[in-house]
Amino acid sequence: MADDIVKEFLVESSENLDLLDRELIKLEKDPGDRETLSSIFRTIHTIKGTCGFLGFSKLERLAHAGENLLSLLRDGAIRLTTERTTALLSLVDAVRRMLDNIEKTESDGDRDESALIETLNRLQKDGDPAAPAQKTEPAEPTAAPAPAGTHDAPKGDKGPAPENYVGEAVKLLGRILVEQGVATPEEVAAAIQKQLEGDTRQLGEILVERGAVKPQDVLNAIQIQQTAKSSISEASIRVDVNLLDRLMNLVGELVLARNQILQFAQGSEDSGLVTSSQRLNLITSELQEGVMKTRMQPIGNIWSKFPRTVRDLATGCGKEVRIEMEGKETELDKTIIEAIKDPLTHLVRNSVDHGVETAERRAAAGKPREGLLHLRAYHEGGQVNIEITDDGGGLDCDKIRKKALQRGLVRADQIARMSEREVANLIFLPGFSTAEKITNVSGRGVGMDVVKTNIEKIGGTVEVHTRPGQGTTVKMKIPLTLAIIPALMITSGGERFAIPQVSLLELVRVEAQSAEKSIETVQGAPVYRLRGQLLPLVYLNHELKLQSSITLDGAVNIIVLQADGEQFGLVVDQVNDTEEIVVKPLAKQLKKIHVFAGATILGDGKVALILDVRGLGQSAGIIDEHREQRESATDYDERFAKTGAEKQALLIFEAGNSGRMAVELASVARLEEFPLDRVEKAGEREVVQYRGQIMPLIDVSRAMGSSSSDRTDERAGRKLQVLVYTGNGKRVGLVVDQIIDIAEESLAIDHPARCAGVRGSAVIQKKVTDLLDVPGLLELAAPDLLMENEAATEGKPA
Amino acid sequence: MSEAEQVCTFYLQEQFFGVPVREVQEVIRYQGMTFVPLAPREICGLINLRGQIVMALDLRRRMGLPERTADACPTNVVVRTDNGAVSLMVDEIGDVIEVNGECFECPPDTLRGKAREVIRGVHKLQGRLLLVLDTERVLRCDEKEHTETSRTLRPS
Repeated sequence: MADDIVKEFLVESSENLDLLDRELIKLEKDPGDRETLSSIFRTIHTIKGTCGFLGFSKLERLAHAGENLLSLLRDGAIRLTTERTTALLSLVDAVRRMLDNIEKTESDGDRDESALIETLNRLQKDGDPAAPAQKTEPAEPTAAPAPAGTHDAPKGDKGPAPENYVGEAVKLLGRILVEQGVATPEEVAAAIQKQLEGDTRQLGEILVERGAVKPQDVLNAIQIQQTAKSSISEASIRVDVNLLDRLMNLVGELVLARNQILQFAQGSEDSGLVTSSQRLNLITSELQEGVMKTRMQPIGNIWSKFPRTVRDLATGCGKEVRIEMEGKETELDKTIIEAIKDPLTHLVRNSVDHGVETAERRAAAGKPREGLLHLRAYHEGGQVNIEITDDGGGLDCDKIRKKALQRGLVRADQIARMSEREVANLIFLPGFSTAEKITNVSGRGVGMDVVKTNIEKIGGTVEVHTRPGQGTTVKMKIPLTLAIIPALMITSGGERFAIPQVSLLELVRVEAQSAEKSIETVQGAPVYRLRGQLLPLVYLNHELKLQSSITLDGAVNIIVLQADGEQFGLVVDQVNDTEEIVVKPLAKQLKKIHVFAGATILGDGKVALILDVRGLGQSAGIIDEHREQRESATDYDERFAKTGAEKQALLIFEAGNSGRMAVELASVARLEEFPLDRVEKAGEREVVQYRGQIMPLIDVSRAMGSSSSDRTDERAGRKLQVLVYTGNGKRVGLVVDQIIDIAEESLAIDHPARCAGVRGSAVIQKKVTDLLDVPGLLELAAPDLLMENEAATEGKPA
Repeated sequence: MSEAEQVCTFYLQEQFFGVPVREVQEVIRYQGMTFVPLAPREICGLINLRGQIVMALDLRRRMGLPERTADACPTNVVVRTDNGAVSLMVDEIGDVIEVNGECFECPPDTLRGKAREVIRGVHKLQGRLLLVLDTERVLRCDEKEHTETSRTLRPS
């Protein structure tokens, strides 16, 4: 048996099966759609015919059973029920399984499908007394759909002559005649009617006989029909993906060679060389674009499976869900399409399973019974955005908070500082799952973080937005292609590196005079104040253990990068240029160095390493935050229960009658002194002007409820000691009496909290010290401030 | 190993080494290369070999031999591996010679240290010894070492 034929059969059938999935769903919505039904019938019939010819008898039997059912459906003898649709869909699955088997073992497998065949046979008669005598023989392949323009083809009719049968893409003769303006729709309809009444002649013949059209017009129309048919089959060819991959690699090489020649030509006086190199430049760019296009696939290719997925799932959980797609034709590189397939499927399943409510609950909430899942894809800024929106109940932020705490993913004080949006995005943390019961769909807690990791692996981002009661949107940003990427070239320690522009936010240059002032340190960690936000700085020289070479003018170049939703500034010696680079993988021995994503060859022929922004952030400890948070939160209790736990930097201070207190140094942004006369009143509250903002002051001891009416006099003439606490982008000044010390201590809380605002007491430096709970304190002393914060964050555009 | 075999020979600190010629892709003279920060010591860098990026490995460092003088220009012996080409940096290239299995012996038991890991055996030639390297092991061990290096490089 010729392998080629089998291969051809497999390729063709798998395409046909995808089509079947879609068509069956379509048909279920509109059971009267005879055209779709006929198309389904034809597909199954073709599969049956071919595998009979190739000798796959099991597959043939199965397809045969399906065909019988379909022929009855097509003839209108039985109606399409959910049960029948499900049976037909499982037929599609079974055929797909067998095809897989054929691909692997060249036989249609030993799996017993007799149960399915049984079901298919049973459904042929089920519950429809009007059904005519059962057909055991499949309908002839000549059977064809009723011509366009009519839906009530006579039952059991063989339809018009086979030559008149045309595929969906080819227009029917009658329609062409009408479009040409040579026949009126009424005449065509009348002729079709005649055909249906038993006239076996061709449509054109009838029309000519009735004198409706001239024979020449019919011939012209047939000509048009023929051209359409042939151009459809000849407009595209199948190409081996490996060949495309090779082409892509070669184009990559060409781009590099082009870059090199351009660099030579730039320094050349020879105008001929300059002109031809420019021409080469243009042609290469066009070729690159063209070859990239061959690898592009519409996202619809993966979406097309979703109606089926959604239907099966929705039926499974007793929900009604409709799927809508927008931007199916948006194209992405093949490798990327493959990479996002699983994450997307997971998200769609999640939306149906957790997002959309049951029909009853929807009705009770005043929404249409049928839930809507909306998929949208569009290009924006050289990236593809994909949104998956459901109109379900939205994420329950309180539940997420509770869950995250319970699972020890974040600490209580961190949660308190988070905006609703940040809370919603906690679902992407490893080990998170809100589903109360584990379903067979999702809820195993290994979903969303895997989605996030996979999307980020290909340089994309994912985030979730939710509106309570209205629904949830998961938004992804995906690069168009992975092979050739724009990058920023930088120099550090005398070496050149490439930074993919996807992760690049902006470049900041701090002049020598101001560098010393504007780069501050928090506990030895350098930070830069970028528009009021603290940006942690990472020195590339230090990170890569390179010689630190100070820039000539002493200026500091900061590259603001983003990875994993975290921003940081990368300090480099020099920012050079942008260049299109071809990513080449690193040798196996070097892959373990996570700060490099690959290597590339530059215009001058030298090799440069490509920095992995995510890996860099991780090695600098910026991105791993979540994991650390989790770790610290999980052993939070243990740490307080046991001695000898991890050491923590604590700021020890005195606050009036409350005595000796301590607060984690990490939560304090700065220590400041304010002369008393700078304290102003805003309503009931004491405030100071601090860095162009109004910072409310909270007296710690007063907030703790110690009698402090006389304190104002006490501290007269002195300076106020203030701990600047930053949360949610807002500053609060905590007024204390005296700052005593900074200590590294392993915390062991001996006594639980004795009053609000205090987390408990511990022995620090051999003295009993109360641990301040800042969020708790704020809640106690200035609940309005907290609310203000929340309002401010909620007001932000999502 | 009883059949005759062709060996591409080279020198490392006046010692005579070789790798089977069928593993050698080409021999090229010294090339400028790109240093890879954080990489194990024996990896000297990356070379652009006609558009292909090839990792260069210093055999002296790999075998624990003393460093070359700064002005020395080592030669690249590019060998094929399952994971693409890798260049072995040697002091000087020798001839391709034919050896047969009769003069082959396993490395002496007294051979220790890093060299032991990578030397497959010794050919007793007239007047001198030829140490044949196992390229696979040359590259494999390096991986293990690398994980250790990277661990020490990443303080948690």
